Amino acid sequence: MDEYQYLKDTAREIRRDIIKAISEAKSGHPGGSLSAVEILTALYFKVMNIRPEEPRWEDRDRFVLSKGHAAPLLYSVLAEKGYFPKEELLKLRKLGAMLQGHPDMKGTPGVDMSTGSLGQGISAAVGMAIAGKIDKKDYRVYALLGDGELEEGEVWEASMAAAHYKLDNLTAFVDHNKLQIDGPIEKVMSPEPVADKFRAFGWETIGINGHDFKQIFDAIDKAKNIKGKPTVIVAETIKGKGVSFMENQVGWHGSAPNMQQRDEALNELGGAK
Amino acid sequence: MGDKIATREAYGKALVELGKKNKNIVVLDADLSKSTRTAEFGKEFPERFIDMGIAEGNMMATAAGLATCGKIPFASSFAMFATGRAFEQVRNSICYPKLNVKIAATHAGVTVGEDGATHQSVEDVSLMRSIPNMVVINPADAVETKAAIFAAAEHKGPVYIRLGRYGVPVIYDEADYKFELGKSITIRDGKDVTIIAAGVLVSEALKAYDILNKEGISARIIDMHTIKPIDKDAIIKAAKDTGAIITAEEHSIIGGLGSAVAEVLSEEYPVIMKRIGLNDVFGQSGQAGELLNFYGLSADNIVAEAKKIIKRK
Repeated sequence: MDEYQYLKDTAREIRRDIIKAISEAKSGHPGGSLSAVEILTALYFKVMNIRPEEPRWEDRDRFVLSKGHAAPLLYSVLAEKGYFPKEELLKLRKLGAMLQGHPDMKGTPGVDMSTGSLGQGISAAVGMAIAGKIDKKDYRVYALLGDGELEEGEVWEASMAAAHYKLDNLTAFVDHNKLQIDGPIEKVMSPEPVADKFRAFGWETIGINGHDFKQIFDAIDKAKNIKGKPTVIVAETIKGKGVSFMENQVGWHGSAPNMQQRDEALNELGGAK
Repeated sequence: MGDKIATREAYGKALVELGKKNKNIVVLDADLSKSTRTAEFGKEFPERFIDMGIAEGNMMATAAGLATCGKIPFASSFAMFATGRAFEQVRNSICYPKLNVKIAATHAGVTVGEDGATHQSVEDVSLMRSIPNMVVINPADAVETKAAIFAAAEHKGPVYIRLGRYGVPVIYDEADYKFELGKSITIRDGKDVTIIAAGVLVSEALKAYDILNKEGISARIIDMHTIKPIDKDAIIKAAKDTGAIITAEEHSIIGGLGSAVAEVLSEEYPVIMKRIGLNDVFGQSGQAGELLNFYGLSADNIVAEAKKIIKRK
């Protein structure tokens, strides 16, 4: 039996929930949510030391969704993990709902940082990692950056600081799906070569296939053992992964499937777990 | 009035004292620690002092991350960069999640002096005041600064503290001074006109009081150290009692103390008023004292405006 079968099933369920939530909301960001499903599934269902029943447990590992527009992904993962009931997912983006268009730590259990304005989440993750060092705690901080997000100067300010303060308790992922709203990142404003840039800023870099659980776990294990510097895991991913008509299509960055497209997507993903 | 001490000096000393009492206090600076006086904290508590280099936006969001872990960060830079450059980090990463970050910004206003307009923030109160969850304090002297810093640390949530480089007279006696967030101090009572001032202009208002007093004009002087939440009761009472209000601040007349007072008056109890401040212009190089005079941020100008406004009552 495939040792990752449980995680693959969980990832499929999360993809289903992302599609359902965004179609119900009639707006949101499916492409960049679907591209990072395996990364978040790996973190929340295997790697991170967390207590869903005690979301603010002070020794927990932290996760910051720096690319905050992938909120439907984070919410689906948190609901699947039991932080709040799944019914909340169907109220996403609606007036008065707990689940805001971008993550709101004040209102949503399990959200460690409010994000949405690109570049700021990684800075907050640096702050959390510095706090861990000051308090001599061994929790780890994870962050997920978009590849388009790397165009924000603040990402590099934060990267400079992370290396300067030797934050080996910080691991960042880059969801390298190669598309942003206006088109391919290489055409809009290329952040390439991504790994070289982080290396030049003093980070350890690891390149993986971001949809392969074994590669994700191996990279995280490697990062945990690197001392004296932060690690970035550049994950090659497919925007819209898992729904054939969304894959590698820039138009699905920020538009919601209608009900027919939703059913098509759910059929393709397969039945509920 | 006592010796002249810049509020930044009082801030540096207060931080050290605060750091001794509370181990959760951490201090961030953006390569200006000698100027903002956070270096004193850094010397005392190097493990809790984080120099973020010349990157104010990153500093603010890093402070937010520290606050999520139970720290009480004081983040310092010049007012221009702390509120201008880093505005959006302050809004989205600090105020929206209501994180417990204190922004203590020095070198506010034209009294920065010779560095000129690029470094003279006259819009910071306007910017900070408009963000939900933010508290805005502009202390008048060294005694009030120390008390304000301690009060800011006690308050749960974001606070902006506006500090200066320029030496200002110590007007309060530490032994009997009491700071209450959101509660102004009526330093002198009067019936003909009220002068509501903040920061550097409070001591100028006190000088104006003496001049007016000699000429038989009775002025009420209010130190509005907390600009948000503003002390509505004191403003309404002053309007009722004196019928004319002057505001005085080292800030643009757009969006600062003057606007805040005008908002209360126009909705609650309209009386004639005059805003003294930077009249929608940038500052320029010069000595601090010269600049205050040039832009009418002086006791003499307050006196002149007081006489004019009384005639219009």
